[in-house]
Amino acid sequence: MYLQAQRDHSRLDLRLEGQWRSHELQQVDAALDAVDLTGLKTLHCRAEAAEFDLSGAWLLHNFLARVRGAGISAEFDGTPPASLALVERTLSGFPDQALQEMPLHSLLDPGAAVEGLGRRVVNSWWRLYSALDFAGRLAVAAGNASVHLRRLHPISVARHVYETGVTAIPIASLIAFLISVILAFMGAQQLLKFGADIFVVDLVTIGQLRELGVLLTAIIVAGRSGSAFAAELGAMQLNEEIDALRAMGVEPIEVLVLPRVLGLVIALPLLTVIADIIGLVGGGLLCHVLLHMPLAQYLNRVQESIAPTTFWVGLLKAPVFAVLIAISGCWCGLRVRGSSRDLGTKTTAAVVLAIFMVLLADALFAVLFMELDI
Amino acid sequence: MDYAVQAIGIVNRFGRQLVHKDVNLEVETGEIFCIVGGSGAGKSLLLRTILGLLKPAAGRVLLEGRDITGMSAAQLRAVKASYGVTFQNGALFSSLTVLQNVQLPMLEYLNLDSQLLDQLALFKLELVGLPPDAARKYPSQLSGGMIKRVALARALALDPRLLFLDEPTAGLDPVSAAALDELLVYLQRELKLTVVMITHDLDTIFRVANHVGMLVDGSLISDTLEGIVQNRQPWIRAYFHGERAKQRRGRHGTGS
Repeated sequence: MYLQAQRDHSRLDLRLEGQWRSHELQQVDAALDAVDLTGLKTLHCRAEAAEFDLSGAWLLHNFLARVRGAGISAEFDGTPPASLALVERTLSGFPDQALQEMPLHSLLDPGAAVEGLGRRVVNSWWRLYSALDFAGRLAVAAGNASVHLRRLHPISVARHVYETGVTAIPIASLIAFLISVILAFMGAQQLLKFGADIFVVDLVTIGQLRELGVLLTAIIVAGRSGSAFAAELGAMQLNEEIDALRAMGVEPIEVLVLPRVLGLVIALPLLTVIADIIGLVGGGLLCHVLLHMPLAQYLNRVQESIAPTTFWVGLLKAPVFAVLIAISGCWCGLRVRGSSRDLGTKTTAAVVLAIFMVLLADALFAVLFMELDI
Repeated sequence: MDYAVQAIGIVNRFGRQLVHKDVNLEVETGEIFCIVGGSGAGKSLLLRTILGLLKPAAGRVLLEGRDITGMSAAQLRAVKASYGVTFQNGALFSSLTVLQNVQLPMLEYLNLDSQLLDQLALFKLELVGLPPDAARKYPSQLSGGMIKRVALARALALDPRLLFLDEPTAGLDPVSAAALDELLVYLQRELKLTVVMITHDLDTIFRVANHVGMLVDGSLISDTLEGIVQNRQPWIRAYFHGERAKQRRGRHGTGS
C-alpha cells in the first residue's frame, strides 16, 4: 500500500506510493520494517508516486540511514522528494547517535530517592527560614508604616476590608447560624435526658462566643481570602509585577502584603462579632422551637451564663488569626515561581497552612486561658 | 483562484465598540500572508475568528473552501487537525515538558507507538532549531526565544497545510528571527504550506510576505507587498515610510 518491493538477487527496487503523511505514519513505519534487507547490496527507490509531508519524509530518511548503515548502497531513480532535502538539512547538524541514546523519561533510581529525601529536608529548613525572613520584613514594614502613616496605604486597606470582610458577611453569618443550631440540637438531645435543658443555652452561648464563632469564621476566611491572597500575589509574581515594583524601589511587602494583613486584622474581628450575634439568634430560635423556651427566659439565661470575659476571650483571638491567615496567603503567593502549575500548588498550600496555623493558635490560646484561669 | 483562507464580511464587536466593521480576507494556497496593524486594531481577534475560536457577529470564514462559521464541534475538530497555530506568548502547557508539548497534538490525532512518537517529536524540535537536550525541560525553564520555537514545533506537529502565527518573531534576537524567516520560506516553498501571520517585524514582512493585509479602521486593506508599500492611505504610509521602514526597505530592495 505504501511501497512495492521487487527483489532481483542482491538488488531491491522500491516503488513508494500512497500518502506518506503523519496521519498514516504508524502503518508506513510497519511497511518499512517489513522490508527484508538480508543479503542486499543495492537499493533503488522511486518516489514520484508517493506524497510526503515532513513526518513521512523523516521516516524515509531514517529508513535510508538504516539501509546505508547496513552497508547497502541506496539511491533514487528519478528525483527524490523535496521534503527529504529539508529533513536531511535539518538533521545534518545533529549526530544520530545522540538522539537515540538520550534518556527522555527519567526512570526510578534508588539514588534519586535518597537524594529526594535530602532535598526535602533541606528545602524544609529553607522554607522555615524564608517564613521567618518574611515575618521579619513584614514587622519592619509595619514598624515603618506606624511612623509614617501615609505608608499604611489606607485606601488599599479599605479595599481589603471590603473584599475580605463585607463580602464575607453572608457566608460567615450562615455558617454561624448553622453551627449554633447544630450545637443547640446536639446539646438538647443529651441534656433533656437529665431535665437540664436550660443548660443548652449555656452550651450555645459559651461555645459560640469563646470558640466556635471566631474559629469557624477564621476557617471560612482562610478558605476565601487566604487563597485569594495567594492566587493574586502569585499571578503578579508570574507576570513579573512584583519585580517591576522592586525595580521601582517600591517594597512589595509594604504595598501588597501590609494592606492585606491590616485589612484582615480589621475585618476578621468585625465578622466575628456578626457571627456571634447570628449564632446567639440561631440558638434562641432553636431553644424556642425545640424546647418551647420563651425568648425572655433565653435572654435571661444568656446573661447569667456568660462571664465578663467570655465575649472578649473569643474576640481577642480574631486579630491573631487574621495575621496568621494573611501571612500564610501572602507568603505562599510570593513564593510562586515559574509556571501556572506552581500557582495552583502554592494556593492550595496557602489554605492548608492558614487553617493549620489557626487551629494551632487556637490550641495554644486554650492552654493559655486555662493557665490564666479565664 | 484557489484560496486557503477566506473571510467574508467579518463583523466583531465588544458591546458598543465595533472592532471589525467589514473585514474581507483572501489568502491564496501556498503563499505567506502577513496581517499588520496598529496595537488594538483587532489583529489577534481576527486570527481567533479565522481559527473558529470566536464566532463573528456577522460574516463567514472559509478554510480550504469549508465554511467553519456554521460547523458543529465535531466537524470543526477535523478542520482543526489541518492547521497549526502559535500564540503570542507561546501558550505552552506549563505542566508538560517541551517534548510532551509537541507530542500532545500527535497523541490526540495520530496513532503512533511511543518510540516513534518520541523520535518524531524530537525531529520537529530540531526542525525549529532546538537542541535535543531542551526536550526534557519545562516551559518555565526556557528563554523567550526558545518558547517561540517550541510553540512553532508544536504547531508543526501534525504537518499542517495551514499555519497561523501570532507574532512569531517578537522577542527573538535578529539571528533567530532571520532563521525563522528562512524556515518559513523553506516550508512554504517545499511543502506548499500556507502561512498567515500577524507580525510587526518589518524585516520579516519584507523578507517573506507575498501579500500584506493592513487592518485600518475596522477593515482590511490587502495588496501585494509592492502594492501596499505604495498605498496612499495615511496610516499605511506612516507604517511603511517611517524611519525604521525606510532603512529596511533599502536593505531588502523593495519599495517605491
